[in-house]
Amino acid sequence: MEVKAPVPQIPPPVWTEFKDLQEWEKYRQSRPEGDKHSALFEAVTEGIYNFPGGFVVTSLADGFLNWARKSSVWPVTFGLACCAIEMMATFASRFDVERLGMVPWASPRHSDLMIVSGTVTIKMAPMLKRIYDQMPDPKWVVSMGSCANSGGPFRHGYHVVKGVDRVVPVDVYVPGCPPPPESLLNGLLILQDQIAHFRKTGKRATPSAKID
Amino acid sequence: MTAAEARALIEQRFGVAAGGDGAAIVVTVPPEQWLALGRAAREALGCVYFNFCSAVDWKEEGLEVVARVENLDAGFSLTMKTRLGPGVTTVASLTSLWRGADWMEREAYDMFGIRYEGHPDLRRILLPQDWEGHPLLKAYAVDTPHPPYR
Repeated sequence: MEVKAPVPQIPPPVWTEFKDLQEWEKYRQSRPEGDKHSALFEAVTEGIYNFPGGFVVTSLADGFLNWARKSSVWPVTFGLACCAIEMMATFASRFDVERLGMVPWASPRHSDLMIVSGTVTIKMAPMLKRIYDQMPDPKWVVSMGSCANSGGPFRHGYHVVKGVDRVVPVDVYVPGCPPPPESLLNGLLILQDQIAHFRKTGKRATPSAKID
Repeated sequence: MTAAEARALIEQRFGVAAGGDGAAIVVTVPPEQWLALGRAAREALGCVYFNFCSAVDWKEEGLEVVARVENLDAGFSLTMKTRLGPGVTTVASLTSLWRGADWMEREAYDMFGIRYEGHPDLRRILLPQDWEGHPLLKAYAVDTPHPPYR
């Protein structure tokens, strides 16, 4: 005699359209360009700079602000793939980026730096952009590893973004697959040097000759 | 139910040769008998464990749907195959027999575009919902652009 196995009854799906991301995309596209810099602040600092002897004030202020910025770069803990393991090793006690003032922080709203560690897929790219948008200005991005730089070995995959610089602006590219902690540490030092050469109002200055 | 008995039962019911060797049985049936083969495997053979479900793109010859179920107590597995033929993308769903087939059939739909008739919730599972095309088909071009990110 055959024993009949019970046929499972699957309830109908309860699924509504995930509209959150679409609304966010609409907001991002409607957001005006150049709202990240304060025009008033820029005008005031320009005035001080053009005043006779005023450049001393702005240079000192810039130097102080940039020293403060580069001494407390907080990277958001944002791991995507195997590069995140090396990133964690960099954060841990053996390499210890806390001596550079970098505290891995688990909130984008308190962070200054995003280390994109791993392959960025097309499905992940909007979330990455959203985390980047949640970070307060001024903010920096380090692209870590071949995948984040260019897509790496998965460049011709159907789902891979060919470099994270197509999604967010990148300041420092760290090559390697994955880059060892020493390499990432070097990239972070280069980033600190870049931050030290920022001009007022957050505009990018030319990097120092030491790097190039 | 041993593997040999299962082999004999399938050959007697469906009139096709049960291939494979030992405890790994491989059966190819026409698409009309896909659900009947699944029901026989579930109810007569006792294959209650749904291992995987996928597809193969044979280009001009069309798609081939593959599913593997196992009888863990008796220790044999049944690999069910069916050739859909050129241009055909529809086949019966196995979700009424195995609940585990739900997400795997969604993945096969996502990657190969196979429409499972009777599936309760056939939508994409891995790729974004607004994705165009089915990337594991041979006709899907390498480096297909996907604005705004690539």
